[in-house]
Amino acid sequence: MIHFLVHDTIDDVGVAVVDIEAGTDCTGRDLSTNKSIQAKSLEAIPLGHKIALKDFKVGDDVTKYACVIGRITANVAAGHHVHTQNLKTKRWA
Amino acid sequence: MEDRKILGYRRENGNVGVRNHVIILPVDDISNAACEAVANNIKGTMALPHAYGRLQFGEDLELHFRTMIGTGSNANVAAVIVIGIEAGWTKKIVDGIAKTGKPVSGFSIEGNGDITTIAAASRKAKEYVQWASELQRTECDLHELYISVKCGESDTTTGLSSCPTVGNVIDKHCAMGGTASFGETSELTGAEHIVAAKAADEKVRKEFFAMFEDYTKLVFDQKTNDLSESQPTKGNIAGGLTTIEEKALGNVEKLGKKTKFIGCLPPAVAPTKPGLWFMDTSSAAAEAVTLWAASGAVIHLFPTGQGNVIGNPIEPVIKLSGNPKTIATMAEHIDVDVSKVLQGEMTIDEAGDALLEMVVRTANGRLTAAESLGHREFSMTKLYRSA
Repeated sequence: MIHFLVHDTIDDVGVAVVDIEAGTDCTGRDLSTNKSIQAKSLEAIPLGHKIALKDFKVGDDVTKYACVIGRITANVAAGHHVHTQNLKTKRWA
Repeated sequence: MEDRKILGYRRENGNVGVRNHVIILPVDDISNAACEAVANNIKGTMALPHAYGRLQFGEDLELHFRTMIGTGSNANVAAVIVIGIEAGWTKKIVDGIAKTGKPVSGFSIEGNGDITTIAAASRKAKEYVQWASELQRTECDLHELYISVKCGESDTTTGLSSCPTVGNVIDKHCAMGGTASFGETSELTGAEHIVAAKAADEKVRKEFFAMFEDYTKLVFDQKTNDLSESQPTKGNIAGGLTTIEEKALGNVEKLGKKTKFIGCLPPAVAPTKPGLWFMDTSSAAAEAVTLWAASGAVIHLFPTGQGNVIGNPIEPVIKLSGNPKTIATMAEHIDVDVSKVLQGEMTIDEAGDALLEMVVRTANGRLTAAESLGHREFSMTKLYRSA
């Protein structure tokens, strides 16, 4: 089973394609290369939500689709849920 | 990809439609009651009530007329009854629709009252609907259909599955010589560079940026907060989308991999030749699809993640979703299930073929989920307050 997908190799978040429980050893797929990626979830990630694939600090950019989708507003460790609690737009803020 | 045959309605001006509606079109809000009475009297006709049409002026009034005339002119419409409070604007809309060569008659209420107007309009509507009921579908080419595309209640699954599926159909349709249109101007924020790179030439690219910057300025001038609950919407956020940039990057997957867009259209303006066109629209589903229908689009492709239920009175809206939860909980709204894409059990190309098959079936007469559920959202775009 695939737990998460990554649009591009340089992306630093993956998208859960099933509901992921905390502490799961997850299998992901990079859609640009079709290669397998491993990650461990440190909290629950609902289907469609993003899992951090690296540690982020406040002010870091987040990359998805090989493009910047916003800026980190609270530190995030790899395996955590990336969403409105720690990621904001750079455009309409 | 080989062109396919469909059974459509070829109208007097040569345009191909997939529905055969006789519509009762109010010029203004206060003529809705008469239109609804006529549609109630004469079975098989449909009234299109809406909220505007009085004391509008300038560009906003031009858009109102364009939307009214375009809706009546759409090839999914066989004949039109127009009813307005007074004769002048009613005639302007009748004359605009008459250019297509289809039957159209206007009635005005002042000096007659509702009841006399309804009686006269009902007699003409009966004549039209009986005439239309004898029109036959004839063999047409799939590429003759003008298709519009827009997603709604998007989530991250739309960017992974349903939007690239639509993009695959855009590539195939336009390669066959078809016409298509995308829009959602302000929702391209964060992906405008990707859209600009798909412009056919420098002139088109400049026109796109001018429309994009105009709309973005409007949003900035009117906003009272950071739009964090308007764009992305609450539904988008529940589905995992966090920022407008992320939403836009999923949205533009609908543009396809190979197709360049050949021009930029103001709202409710018809494309002048085959190919992919950008139209300057809102991202609100009902408003945007109403504008595309008024520009002549006869089938709309609508990817949804969290489950937007929109339909349109004259343009069938085909919904597809890749979110397995939405497929399970809102099955009655979804025409094409592409959720297998998420587990790699279906390729985007296979999903595109499945969607194209549904386009052919819908063109041949299959009712969409939205049509069978009675979704007839007819929402006029208003640019500013009336005088």
